[in-house]
Amino acid sequence: MGNRWKLQPRTEQKLVQFLMYVLTSVAVLVLVFILAVILKNGLPQLSLEFLTRNPADMGREGGILSTIVATIFLTFIALLVATPLGVGTAIYLTEYTVESRITRIIRFGAECLAGIPSIIFGLFGFILFVNKLKFGWSILSGGLTLAFMVLPTIIRTSEEAIKAVPPAYRLVSFSLGSTRWQTVTRVVLPSAIPGIVTGVILSIGRSIGETAAVIFTAGSALRLPTSLFSSSRTMSVHFYILAKEGVSLPKAYGTAAVLVISILIINIATYYMMERYIKRKS
Amino acid sequence: MESEKIRLEDAKMRPQKSRKDSFSNLTALMTAILLAAAFFFPSCQHRPGGHSLVVAGSTSIQPFADKWAEVFMEKRPGEMVDVQGGGSSAGIQAVRTGAAQIGMSSRELKDDEKDLYQIEVAHDGLAIIVHPTNPLENLTIEQVKSIFLGEITTWETLNGRKKEITVVVREEGSGTRGAFQELVMGKSRITKKAIVQDSNGTVREIVSRDPQAIGFISLGLVNESVKALALNGVKPTEEAILKKEYKLVRPFLFLTREAPSGLAREFIEFILSEEIQDLVHKEGLIPVRRGEPAESGR
Amino acid sequence: MTKLERNDRLVRLSLLMIALSAISVLAIITVFIFEQGTPIMFRYGFRSFLLGQDWYPSEKSFGLLPMIVGSLMVTFGALLIGVPLGLASAIFLTEFSHRRLARILKPVIELLAGIPSVVYGFIGLMFLVPFIRDKFGGPGLSVLAASVILGIMILPTVISIAIDSIRAVPDSYREGSIALGATRWQTVRMVVLPAARSGIIAGIILGMGRAIGETMAVIMVAGNAADIPGSILAPVRTLTSNIALEMAYASGEHREALFATGVILFIIIMILNTIANLTSARQRKK
Repeated sequence: MGNRWKLQPRTEQKLVQFLMYVLTSVAVLVLVFILAVILKNGLPQLSLEFLTRNPADMGREGGILSTIVATIFLTFIALLVATPLGVGTAIYLTEYTVESRITRIIRFGAECLAGIPSIIFGLFGFILFVNKLKFGWSILSGGLTLAFMVLPTIIRTSEEAIKAVPPAYRLVSFSLGSTRWQTVTRVVLPSAIPGIVTGVILSIGRSIGETAAVIFTAGSALRLPTSLFSSSRTMSVHFYILAKEGVSLPKAYGTAAVLVISILIINIATYYMMERYIKRKS
Repeated sequence: MESEKIRLEDAKMRPQKSRKDSFSNLTALMTAILLAAAFFFPSCQHRPGGHSLVVAGSTSIQPFADKWAEVFMEKRPGEMVDVQGGGSSAGIQAVRTGAAQIGMSSRELKDDEKDLYQIEVAHDGLAIIVHPTNPLENLTIEQVKSIFLGEITTWETLNGRKKEITVVVREEGSGTRGAFQELVMGKSRITKKAIVQDSNGTVREIVSRDPQAIGFISLGLVNESVKALALNGVKPTEEAILKKEYKLVRPFLFLTREAPSGLAREFIEFILSEEIQDLVHKEGLIPVRRGEPAESGR
Repeated sequence: MTKLERNDRLVRLSLLMIALSAISVLAIITVFIFEQGTPIMFRYGFRSFLLGQDWYPSEKSFGLLPMIVGSLMVTFGALLIGVPLGLASAIFLTEFSHRRLARILKPVIELLAGIPSVVYGFIGLMFLVPFIRDKFGGPGLSVLAASVILGIMILPTVISIAIDSIRAVPDSYREGSIALGATRWQTVRMVVLPAARSGIIAGIILGMGRAIGETMAVIMVAGNAADIPGSILAPVRTLTSNIALEMAYASGEHREALFATGVILFIIIMILNTIANLTSARQRKK
């Protein structure tokens, strides 16, 4: 490489700026393309019937009602278990202790848990809930597995939300003679609720979109779940099977559209809440 | 129940009991839901008691047997049919030891196993499929074996196209792969370069999209998106299978230690009934009841 | 001790129990996966698992090397695609574009992070796989297809973390550099990026973890041949897809071998996590 090849800084700047512009466009376009394909092919499939009828003939006919119900049940169980655990952990970490070896271990556990791939959660749920505890492939097994999966998210967001509550609030509460628990429940938590809810909503999104952990714990039966022990197929598992096995392309796009739209709505809601929360803070 | 405890704690410590804030409402709601869930649990854990029949064996038959058992139990409330996997050999073992009343085998019995009673409940055929535009119509079993061994890697000697063959197979452990291994490959290994998919539907989908692909699926799942090849000149039709001319077929056997009696007999008779044999046909298997024109399925 | 104090202690204790849930879950998962997966490794020897090239569970041949190599290849490929695109987008949006554009695009990109991985896999199967098959040859289901899909999947993660860490660099750094006569690009290259380095690396490691752990999207586009791929157009199987592909019918030693696959995956992920933790800890200290 001779000096001849060295560009003028200004030319280099122009060149790099152009390159970055191109790369950014590629990245954004690819992501937008994916969204556009799903919505363009999926939206025409959507109708009230699609949402309110059960799949028939392995998903070739009918709608996706049973998979929507299964998704909602599963998500509900996951959050019912994960929210108290996650918020409780966050309260402990922020209000009831000082930095110590124990808090470091707890944080380390949460961070590691967040990094474990969902298929490992699936394997684990399969062995523990499906086999050992004999829940079988069921909403319960799937929900509990998901609960463990989203736990780190809830811990992290709740902890941040609680930390953001100004210390002065607590001092005022203490000076009025409240106990620590009273302070937490009446002062700290109410002002941290928007942040906590954000974490919960994020976890809902993650639960809805999860496939690998669910398919081995909740199974893939195409029936309306009747109890906690029914095996049932969630929307994303249904979509996976429809798409992969070429059962019905239109139905696959339709399901994908419902999946993507619900997750977008959830994410937008989160975003909106966070914005408002930040604005109120400042 | 953690949150309930905490809530009680909270209530005790409260100076003025009438004051309520939004957070304690939330805990109350959650407690209520938890309690409701707790009541919900035991009510669904229990299944109606009564007789119980254990059916165990071939994992290829298991999903079908599950469905048959389900229909059976719907018709006979109070009866309990428990279907388990484990594989054909395990099923034979289980029926010998009495761990199961009915064993399921998806292979012919060996000579030293022939002391058991066997009832054919269905046949499972394998079709070798290619892309519809592939001019090929027929292969010998030896050619199929060479392709899946990875010895023949291009279509050139088969249909003149100088293209590489895409071999598509099922995953290890699946009954369909087991049947193919046993009926075509024998002791030889399927090539490592083969694309692996985990369902008949996916194999069919991939073959239907790739003009150079070849794969195998359950005969009943062949549709217009792929072409099923003739083997040694015999087309895979139900007739050819019942006449034992088409070779890639395995029986689905139910086994009992003694002549079937009681609930086992009722279950087997139920499976051989027209209703279930129709279901068998719909699920892609070949029914064993023949002679009735309604069942020729054309 | 007053009643109030006793109650307070009780609350603290219950909360501690709850707080230990995450680490207990981690411990239980580790114990279960190792309990199920390690006995078979001892029985057949670690070497035959880690270095064996033949995966024929029905013949008691459990070589996982093709899957280990497969996971690493696909993850590396994903980074090769995701990191340059992601970094360039982050730099462009923070340093070279109008603020307003960044303010619109960043949330859009973050929203896309929530799209389920199966959707990415489906798009790959519908558009990318036929494209590769027609233009480059081979079955289309390939290392290349899996790498591109995973690369796109990790984009939102890489972009949004990179943007955050670039923004965290104080403006005074930039002003100083520009005042010395540097161009914007020189400033970015020599001042901003070095200052944001550890945050960016943490983002890349996070993306890497997501790529190596992804299962369903990879199964859909990778072809899953249990063989060390000879080219980027050959099919490939990852550790995760090995588990998901064969779990349904596996029994006995076959199932144990799938858990052994889980053990190896687990170890790789833990190593990555530790590196990520160390990097972010170092950044915090700075």
